[in-house]
Amino acid sequence: MTESTPPYTIVIGLETHVQLQTETKLFCGCSTKFGAPPNTQTCPVCTGHPGTLPVMNRRAFELSLRTATALNCNIATFTKWDRKQYYYPDLPKGYQISQYDLPFSYEGWLEISDPKDRFPPKKVRIIRAHLEEDAGKSMHDEHAGKADSKIDLNRTGTPLLEIVTHPDMRSPAEAKAYLTELKLLLTHLGVSDCNMQEGSLRVDANVNLHLDTPAGKVATPIVEIKNMNSFRAVEKAVAYEAERQYAEWQETGRKLGDPGVFKRTFGWDDVKNRTHVQREKEESADYRYFPDPDLVPVTVTEERIAAVRAGLGELPAQVRTRLEGSYGLTAYDSDVIVNQGRAFIEYFTTAADTGGDGKTASNWLQQDVLRVMGEQNLTIENYPVPAAALGDLLKLVRGGEVDTSRGRQVLQRMFDTGESAEAAMRSLGIEKVDESALVALCEELVAANPKLVADVKAGKMQAAGSFVGQAKKKNPNANPGRVKDLCLEIIARLP
Amino acid sequence: MSLSRAEVEKVSLLGRLQLSPAELDLMTTQLGAIVGYVEQLNELNTDGIEPMAHAVPTSNVFRDDVVRPSADRAEILSNAPHADGEFYLVPAVLGE
Amino acid sequence: MALYQKTATELLGLLSSGQVTSEELTRAYAERIANIDKQVGAYLRVDVDGALEQARVIDARRKRGEKLGLLAGLPVAVKDLLTARGDLATCASRMLENYRATYDSTVVAKLRAADAVLLGRTNMDEFAMGGSTENSAFQKTRNPWDLERTPGGSSGGAAACVAADEACLSIGTDTGGSIRQPAALCGVTGLKPTYGSVSRYGLIAFASSLDQAGPLARTAEDAALLLEAIAGHDPQDATSINAPVPQYSQTVREPLKGLTLGLVREHFAAGLESETEAAVREAIKVYESLGARVKEVSFPHAKYGVAVYYIIAPCEASSNLARYDGIHYGRRTDEAKVAAELDAERKELLAAGKKREAETLDTSLVRLYRKSRAEGFGPEVKRRIMLGTYALSSGYYDAYYLKALKVRRLIRQDYDAAFQQGIDLIAGPCTAGPAFKLGEKVDDPLAMYLVDLYTVSANLAGVGGISIPCGFSKTGLPIGLQLQAPPLEEDKLLRAAHMFQTATDWHTRRPALA
Repeated sequence: MTESTPPYTIVIGLETHVQLQTETKLFCGCSTKFGAPPNTQTCPVCTGHPGTLPVMNRRAFELSLRTATALNCNIATFTKWDRKQYYYPDLPKGYQISQYDLPFSYEGWLEISDPKDRFPPKKVRIIRAHLEEDAGKSMHDEHAGKADSKIDLNRTGTPLLEIVTHPDMRSPAEAKAYLTELKLLLTHLGVSDCNMQEGSLRVDANVNLHLDTPAGKVATPIVEIKNMNSFRAVEKAVAYEAERQYAEWQETGRKLGDPGVFKRTFGWDDVKNRTHVQREKEESADYRYFPDPDLVPVTVTEERIAAVRAGLGELPAQVRTRLEGSYGLTAYDSDVIVNQGRAFIEYFTTAADTGGDGKTASNWLQQDVLRVMGEQNLTIENYPVPAAALGDLLKLVRGGEVDTSRGRQVLQRMFDTGESAEAAMRSLGIEKVDESALVALCEELVAANPKLVADVKAGKMQAAGSFVGQAKKKNPNANPGRVKDLCLEIIARLP
Repeated sequence: MSLSRAEVEKVSLLGRLQLSPAELDLMTTQLGAIVGYVEQLNELNTDGIEPMAHAVPTSNVFRDDVVRPSADRAEILSNAPHADGEFYLVPAVLGE
Repeated sequence: MALYQKTATELLGLLSSGQVTSEELTRAYAERIANIDKQVGAYLRVDVDGALEQARVIDARRKRGEKLGLLAGLPVAVKDLLTARGDLATCASRMLENYRATYDSTVVAKLRAADAVLLGRTNMDEFAMGGSTENSAFQKTRNPWDLERTPGGSSGGAAACVAADEACLSIGTDTGGSIRQPAALCGVTGLKPTYGSVSRYGLIAFASSLDQAGPLARTAEDAALLLEAIAGHDPQDATSINAPVPQYSQTVREPLKGLTLGLVREHFAAGLESETEAAVREAIKVYESLGARVKEVSFPHAKYGVAVYYIIAPCEASSNLARYDGIHYGRRTDEAKVAAELDAERKELLAAGKKREAETLDTSLVRLYRKSRAEGFGPEVKRRIMLGTYALSSGYYDAYYLKALKVRRLIRQDYDAAFQQGIDLIAGPCTAGPAFKLGEKVDDPLAMYLVDLYTVSANLAGVGGISIPCGFSKTGLPIGLQLQAPPLEEDKLLRAAHMFQTATDWHTRRPALA
């Protein structure tokens, strides 16, 4: 690395909004399924019709509890819901039901690490996680200028978990690692599908710089970046914003805490690769929070918290440790497997246990299974070869019953036909060649190729490969490794 | 403490009400009188008193996560002052 | 005695024995309304055809021997802030003048399930804000006992229609006294149930933590019948109490033995008109003659009730009414005019060199909100939105809203202390005096607010209260006695009221309407 160290530290805090994987909205029975025609998943409750009342979705609260527990948060034994009041056409009640001073969870952490070791493992502290309802969508045709905006309320009332971190991240890579780990945890828990394209996971980043100056330590004004629709975009936006703030500081010298310096909101433009200041609000925000009189508080007992904790099962970080310890995987390999999710992890452990070796299973899963899943757009759940069947094949490969390249053909056959490893081998006519037959074959080859023998003797080891090629022509089941070894032995014994 | 006219004007924006100058004047006087009246509560020492936001002390009321049919779009949009059969329409809201 | 003068309990007997049909009864009320309501103005809408249709269906079912609901065939009037699918629900506001509900409120659904006939919708103060029904955007309702006077409010139409024999059963709502006060001023029986005993689903909210729907009728027996029909747990209202509904209509006739009434010392202090005090004290004597004991109690925080109420109710109202923004339903101002108006204002400001003001002018969306709401709401609603918005705004929350919630707790503790001392019911005046003249208090909001002095505390504490006629002023205006009970003891309220009504005949008096 030849990059010079920048003369500042980037300080990043992240706020994520995660749509919870419930069947219905937070306060009514409308479906939360994505992609329905506009305004077909609404009812008097979520459109805020006069007289309607919210009733809390039990599952949404349970998923929230599970997430917060997995994020090592304290769970409040008493929590309540508040109204956050502002006017916007996608907010039909004129307030959002959210949590203000008594969120259901607070003070947690999520450990991040980098498989590429660009930064040491660290705990990102979480300030709070709270449950709230989503707003609808406003669609504006910017080019049409004065044309009407269209409002779709299908999304209105979808349960959202807002997770706020301390400003603990110090680089775009750390920010990305936090988001990756968070997404992994949430999908692992089955709490959210975290699909950013569908808006199931949304990120806002608070960014500023700490600088050492002759006059002491100073901080640049905080900027909140919005509209980032991928983790890559977050990484780029934060990096861009750091440079922009440094340039701005050099030009203006404006610092956090200076009179007239407020937090500003910038949007990320993924096409132009830059942040831009967003239009300021009409009035300074005054949300007039107060407890929602239509909803009652929720109390959670210590027993309940303990039960939730006990029911979490193994979390991704623990799985990685287990795969590295029990299966001998590298940090990189365990990361790849754990990132594929719970079902894939199970697939791996079954295949590894049946096949008898973690590293072999990891290689086959990454090189063959994941590749085919990618090419054919499959998930591990509908990948047709069962984990145990793959394990059987791996056992045969490791036992030398079939070589790796023919093993791939066997796997393809298993994939196409659903046959077991042994049946597929039989179908392909693969059988282990008897050692004496193999010796005879090699002796025949050595005798027939004096030129190659001379080459081998001269140290040209690639000549040995030609014996393998010829052997495979004579008997496709000949194990290439064994053929090579035998030929070399025979040649070595020649006078 | 009495309210200033400027404060009343600010509140009228916060509460999204368009008040005429005469209404602002009257509102300033009337709200001032009401606020003056309610300030008698300051006579009471309420240190340590638990606020009472609900008339009945209940907690943990939930519903099951079971889908119920949504409203018919035509019916729910029929009350909208301006809609196109699919969406509610409002004057352009730019940015966010 | 004309059919429409009978009590619901009497009519139920006639209906079930086949001496009268629901259609005949409905027609009788329709005629009465046609004859009298031009003077009273209790109803905003009467759906004669719809009501007759419902009545015929119930009559036919009765003929077939089907099992019918508790109110089978009885016409009921409903305050115009409870939704009924397909019907308007205006809240007597321009804002909702054309709003047609797409769902049934639970109260209306229960009325339908009880086989009641939905007769019509009654007038009220706009969004239930007021004590005289003068804040209706559509019409005045007059007190049947003196047409120059108010019927009270906000359920003025609901009380007046019973007093004028235009309905025997009527649904009102009570946030700070809006059932009991008009019941007192109109000489009828009106009950505000314990908070949470009647579902608020479909009750268009004024102040969510205080609102309760309840019955207005001529007698405690009738009120018991109607309450039994509409009360009960509702999973659609998270604040609804999960308890079985007592059979009020069965227990109402059982006298209370060993009844102890508590008289709140502070309720008989300065401000109470002497005629009213005399009538209330006379009523207490009736109870004593029936075997009740009377104890004086102190509610040291009673005098703060109105102040607490006029913080909490406007705060909740300012939030509840934020949904009326002209976007999804309800009134929207003329958009073209908004744009033109803003253009003109901007030009004017720029011409005057006020560049900054021109730049910070409302956006067209903000102005659309502000004008729609300014046009849709009347002065009292605006006043309360302003008051609540102010009290919740940054820097004031603790001083107003939080303070009020704490004093609310103290008020509740006054009740708890009294009930722990062995008091069964609190008895006292419902209002300081009889009905006031229309227009008398419209220019003095604070004076109007003080009308709620004796009634707001029950809403703040969440307890039930009832107002029953207990006398008349020299000028012939009804006076109400208020009884209040511990939470969920409506049966006691109704039984005590019935005891009184078996010993007196105030509730049988009728105004002389031409």
